Amino acid sequence: MLVPLALRLVPPALPTPGEAAPAWRKLSLQGWGRLGRAPCQAARPERLRDLRAVVLADVGRNLVPHGAGRSYGDAALNGGGAAVLTTRLDRMLGFDATTGVLVAEPGVSFADIIRTFLPRGWLPPTPPGTAFATLGGAVAHDVHGKNQHLAGCFGHHVEWLDLMLADGSTRRLSPSEDAAAFHATLGGLGLTGVVTALALRLLPVPSNALLVRRQRIAGLDAFLEAFGAARQASWAVGWIDALAGGAALGRGILEVAEPAPQHLPPPPEAQRNLPFDAPGCLLNRFSVRAFNAAYWRRVPAAGDAQPMHYGRFLFPLDGIGQWNRLYGRRGFHQFQCVLPEAEAPRGLRLLLEAVGQAGAASFLAVLKWMGRDGAGLLSFARPGFTLALDIPARAGAGALLRRLERLTLDHGGRVYLAKDSTLSPAGMAAMYPRLAEFQAIRARLDPGGRFSSDMSRRLGLG
Amino acid sequence: MPPRETWLVLGGGSSIGRAFARQAAAAGQGVLLAGREAAELERSAADLRLRHGVPASAMLFDALDLAGHAAFVRAAAALAEGRLHVLLAFGTMPSQAACEARPELARAMVETNLTGAAAVLTALAPLLRGQGGGTVVALGSVAGERGRPRNHLYGATKAALHTFLQGYAARHARHRVRVLTLLAGPVDTALTWPLPRLPFMASPQGFAAAAWRRAQRGSGQAHLPGIWAPVMAVIRALPNRIFNRLDL
Ligand SMILES: Cc1cc2nc3c(=O)[nH]c(=O)nc-3n(C[C@H](O)[C@H](O)[C@H](O)COP(=O)(O)OP(=O)(O)OC[C@H]3O[C@@H](n4cnc5c(N)ncnc54)[C@H](O)[C@@H]3O)c2cc1C
Ligand SMILES: NC(=O)c1ccc[n+]([C@@H]2O[C@H](COP(=O)([O-])OP(=O)(O)OC[C@H]3O[C@@H](n4cnc5c(N)ncnc54)[C@H](OP(=O)(O)O)[C@@H]3O)[C@@H](O)[C@H]2O)c1
Repeated sequence: MLVPLALRLVPPALPTPGEAAPAWRKLSLQGWGRLGRAPCQAARPERLRDLRAVVLADVGRNLVPHGAGRSYGDAALNGGGAAVLTTRLDRMLGFDATTGVLVAEPGVSFADIIRTFLPRGWLPPTPPGTAFATLGGAVAHDVHGKNQHLAGCFGHHVEWLDLMLADGSTRRLSPSEDAAAFHATLGGLGLTGVVTALALRLLPVPSNALLVRRQRIAGLDAFLEAFGAARQASWAVGWIDALAGGAALGRGILEVAEPAPQHLPPPPEAQRNLPFDAPGCLLNRFSVRAFNAAYWRRVPAAGDAQPMHYGRFLFPLDGIGQWNRLYGRRGFHQFQCVLPEAEAPRGLRLLLEAVGQAGAASFLAVLKWMGRDGAGLLSFARPGFTLALDIPARAGAGALLRRLERLTLDHGGRVYLAKDSTLSPAGMAAMYPRLAEFQAIRARLDPGGRFSSDMSRRLGLG
Repeated sequence: MPPRETWLVLGGGSSIGRAFARQAAAAGQGVLLAGREAAELERSAADLRLRHGVPASAMLFDALDLAGHAAFVRAAAALAEGRLHVLLAFGTMPSQAACEARPELARAMVETNLTGAAAVLTALAPLLRGQGGGTVVALGSVAGERGRPRNHLYGATKAALHTFLQGYAARHARHRVRVLTLLAGPVDTALTWPLPRLPFMASPQGFAAAAWRRAQRGSGQAHLPGIWAPVMAVIRALPNRIFNRLDL
């Protein structure tokens, strides 16, 4: 019975594997700040051939890659166009235990790498503040971690990457193979093509834990000084109570950490979700002030030191899933800028005062010293101090953000596009001096303008 | 740790097959990923070796190539470490409308989901019996429990598969071949991506983790996710005059 059936196999008109047309679905994507919805056609390929079909498809006027959606603003959104979700391209392809080089697909997350490699003594090189970010997203924003002052940015640890161009071809890029395209793609906002694989040098560590020292800092000047004293620390990050004003302006906690020799039991991975949008009034000046003050007091006046699993130190917010719903249905902006060292004392003071005056309730702001320029043409990082804070989307937020942009520009700084949703085209051009170079390379790689996003159009990049 | 055994994943490139393979590898089992696209399967196998340090390799397999099944089974036997277990996770699901417009699509679906599945399991039976038994986990579907206007052709292939598996299980039970038929509800895979969102949609990882746990506990039929047991009990019990009016 079975054999005659076998002889009448599939007629040639049927799709053979891989030839099937890519599947699209209408989807409303949001940035992590949940400021607005961007309806688009979305595909979610699970294999390279399907990815290629998506890139070549005549769907949506243009296309943006979308990773874990952890950028706050509109970098990974494409309202009215198409998006290719890369999270299902999540395979690790090779690891060389002598050099620590991992080859992986773009949908692999920092959490995946930590789960697999931290027990073997390796850490992803520049972990951002959330382990849910994917490697593709890390390339596109050339992300940095709490070790930026020594380790630089993500791109400094990428040996090569494979980029799928708008014509469906894939090119290997590295500092020695089309270096221009390599440096345009690092920090390139997903506008040069889709990263399909990359080789990443992991960081060797003696254990899964750090020894973390915390100290209270009384105000901004003391903070900058304390960072100066911590320049050789492997990891360093500051938390600022952005609502403290007057003499206490810039008060906060400095955390510095060194690899610990001893293993700790790994923390449970279970995550608690915030199951609903918090009512908009939950976060007001009083509740946030109380929270920030309590956070400050939690550290004893004399400071403390404790061993901590890398995950707890690097990703303090990851324990609560969807914490972004805390800001209610209207969402929030995150503002992050970096100011050159010489301008930082004055510039940071003005920025914090502006936020204070606007009464924009913000949880702990993050302050960090950066020691190196980023690896890409549009990288955010440069030597100096970087400040990041949340600004709930309510009346006055737009004016405040414009003021913060102005102050950043006046002090020779730049705004981080991974967080941004409001920067102006003029601000972009002034802050990113290599923009024209980037655009020229992009035009060479993608002459038809297939790749574009809400962000690129907002910033006048087309 | 118990001695290493090997899971043969038929449809090793499918969303569910990939997720199940990660479960097996995380439990220290070897994996053979069988499907039609060698390069892709090799990437997935590399991932399993790297993440979990288990042997994993790719095998070419086409359910429609019935004449090739015997050689395929011999190759799998040669590659497997320890006893072999099987996950049957291939299938096609063209839309009802497409099948009606192009009957050859329906035929290919029947030949894949039923004929191909039955043939490869039949070819595997002597191996499973000869090694002193083993587990077969097969992807059935709630779509096979009651024919719905939207996909009764697909549902029919799954209902037929369920019936085949009942007899297959009975026939090989005394040789300690255990058969678990998963009456799967919607899973968020490549297959269902273009469809409107379905109720109680499971992620492939969540589904695979539950399937793995269920497979350790025994054979028979199981709804997965579990919520589908009561839901389908209701749907099966609906009188026709109500069922026919629902837009399912
Ligand atoms: C809680 C939290 C803390 C954070 N802390 C830090 C921090 O300390 N340091 C830091 O640098 N950043 C930080 N970020 C920002 C985050 O690291 C970046 O936004 C990162 O890009 C997110 O990765 P993703 O996978 O979510 O990418 P998405 O947000 O989905 O996309 C970001 C960009 O990557 C592009 N992209 C995604 N995949 C690909 C691909 N395969 N090929 C080409 N382009 C692609 C997209 O087009 C988009 O331009 C933080 C974010 C959060 C939510
Ligand atoms: N997703 C759901 O909601 C759901 C619900 C109930 C049951 N199921 C069942 O679960 C199984 C897996 O599906 P999925 O959802 O994971 O979808 P999927 O990712 O689309 O997987 C389908 C797989 O079937 C394989 N296949 C098709 N024809 C084949 C052939 N002739 N020979 C060998 N392999 C063939 C494909 O192999 P290639 O890699 O070679 O292309 C593909 O990997 C299917 O049996 C499906 O019916 C799914």
